[in-house]
Amino acid sequence: MSDQTRPTAPQGLPADAAASALQRFLKATEIDTRLLGMAGALLAIWLGFHLYGAIFRDGGAFLTPRNLWNLSVQTSSVGIMATGMVLIIVTRNIDLSVGSVLGFVAMIMGVLQVNILPQYLGLGSPLIWVVTVIVGMALGALVGAFNGWMIAYRGIPSFIVTLGGLMFFRGAAFLVANGKTISPVDADFALLGGGPYGAIGFWGSWIVGLLGCAGVLLMLRSSRANRQKHDFALRPIWAEAFMAALGCGLILGATLLVNAYPWPVGIVKNYAAAHNITVPPEGLFISHGYAIPVLILAFVGIVMTFLMTRTRFGRYVFAVGGNPEAAALAGINTKRLLVQIFALMGMLAGLSAVVSSARLNSATNALGQFDELYVIAAAVIGGTSLAGGIGTIYGAILGALVMESLRTGMVLIGFDTSIQSMVVGAVLVLAVYVDNIYRSKTK
Amino acid sequence: MANAVKGTPLVEMRDISISFGGIKAVDHVTVDLYPGEVVGLLGHNGAGKSTLIKCLSGAYQADAGQILINGKPVEINNPRDARAQNIETIYQTLALADNLDAASNLFLGRELVSSRGFLDESAMEAETRKILGRLNPNFKKFNVPVSALSGGQRQSVAIARAVYFNAKILIMDEPTAALGPHETQMVSELIEELKAQGLGIFLIEHDIHNVMKLCDRASVMKNGQLVGTVNVNEVTDEDILGMIILGKKPAKAA
Repeated sequence: MSDQTRPTAPQGLPADAAASALQRFLKATEIDTRLLGMAGALLAIWLGFHLYGAIFRDGGAFLTPRNLWNLSVQTSSVGIMATGMVLIIVTRNIDLSVGSVLGFVAMIMGVLQVNILPQYLGLGSPLIWVVTVIVGMALGALVGAFNGWMIAYRGIPSFIVTLGGLMFFRGAAFLVANGKTISPVDADFALLGGGPYGAIGFWGSWIVGLLGCAGVLLMLRSSRANRQKHDFALRPIWAEAFMAALGCGLILGATLLVNAYPWPVGIVKNYAAAHNITVPPEGLFISHGYAIPVLILAFVGIVMTFLMTRTRFGRYVFAVGGNPEAAALAGINTKRLLVQIFALMGMLAGLSAVVSSARLNSATNALGQFDELYVIAAAVIGGTSLAGGIGTIYGAILGALVMESLRTGMVLIGFDTSIQSMVVGAVLVLAVYVDNIYRSKTK
Repeated sequence: MANAVKGTPLVEMRDISISFGGIKAVDHVTVDLYPGEVVGLLGHNGAGKSTLIKCLSGAYQADAGQILINGKPVEINNPRDARAQNIETIYQTLALADNLDAASNLFLGRELVSSRGFLDESAMEAETRKILGRLNPNFKKFNVPVSALSGGQRQSVAIARAVYFNAKILIMDEPTAALGPHETQMVSELIEELKAQGLGIFLIEHDIHNVMKLCDRASVMKNGQLVGTVNVNEVTDEDILGMIILGKKPAKAA
């Protein structure tokens, strides 16, 4: 570093020193710089929309607990599917059918929980939502497995199979109830979509937040212990402390945020009436807390990350993406793997169908339309390479959050839908371009 | 016959045939391999060497013929079966997943897992450091994808993968084709060392000098058929070149 600093340019010295300090910091903490870039982009989007609202409209509405809470709920459905799309794209495939599968599964679940299950389990039975969710996810997995089978064992390109699926299942979704909308859905089922009752409240959120912090600390400790066992280089203690503070800070910050968003007055009134509570004149502050669909997304994100980084299955997914021939020569059953990946994607589409239809409190045959495009865009913005072999789960979730932030932000400042889709489309292309530059620089 | 005293061959590929779309890539070829021996497989591009050897490594399945390991007939239907017979292969393309690091490639398909069934990354990296430290002491890049490695380093990873799992039968498809002189020397030394340990090695090689230096016997193929097998120390390099180019067996063949 010091060799490159020419003595004739003394003003270059502090800049270099700062750069190397940053490099040392990143090296010690082992923070993924791409992750850093995406977090920065997200922050810029949030601040941009907030400031725009503050300056040109009647006050910034973006960085409010209410908006961020809604943003988290709206991200869930696409985010859940994006985690599965990472696996699909990593293995050099594509799944265009997820939106239609979502609509189809949602319709089947709607008919099941409204028209069929009450006859056998009794209206309002707490088993209805359980059976519905299981059937929905299983149906999604079955559809996905069939797609995967046609791709792996019948040699039809995934683009074609899932393009066919896109059309087929949209039509099938219509036929399930002849185009009728099924509403409302089962009351327990509806909680899975969020809303004031579909959130876990003040104390529940603190418990989740503290468990999350404990998880972060535990992970850091076990990783350090593992490195010690094999005499690998350890992170400096200050870097470990920084990572622990960062992880816990983010989780606790999110908890404070969701607890800062109170129930609307009307809901509080109904709740108070139902539970014989007298509302004081200044009103009752009842926190939403984490919405259930957000917790589902968090759970899916953790499980999928684990699957991709800690299991043989995940290792094989990456190996097939990097070099399918080498994977086969290493004894990996690549065809069966492909069926499993598509089945997993289908199952996640089924889960997203649960979240989407519960949030809407109804099942319509148009549910999930164009979702496949948002899901693919989320995965790609999140750094999943269409050339295969590269992608992360957290990236895809962040990608979904970026896209949803753009959509909500533009709604808040009053852009109409035509401008919205133009911006989202442009951002998608730009994100991939920036990522390309980044990759070629770091190689 | 020098081979008569060696007893049962480690590998016998008897009367192997395989064709693709009516073209006989391998046509009734019989080769064998004894412990502690290096058998060179020679011939032009397209002579059928790689195809023949892929029947042994499980990448292809022969249409006809029989494979015997230690005198017993075995079924090799996929790479897993081959690995179960302690057959390891270093492919010409190296067969590495470029997006994964050295340890992930070395253990690909045979990952070390913890008692709970999760990948034991640290243990795999530690083992990789050990074996690569032995094969190529200059190897330092353990935490980068193998796409970031030089040709020689990538070769080291492929060789380490074959050697690590206690191979008894090693197939090397042009192991030195992409290497510099220093690295070629390293591979030669490794072959000598493995031979001394009693491994049998099939070596597909184009460089006639390497054949003369490294191989005990040489089987020459042309147009899918076996021209003949000779003891390398009983023939000259011209004899072998004649077999490769003209398909002519020398008068004084083994």
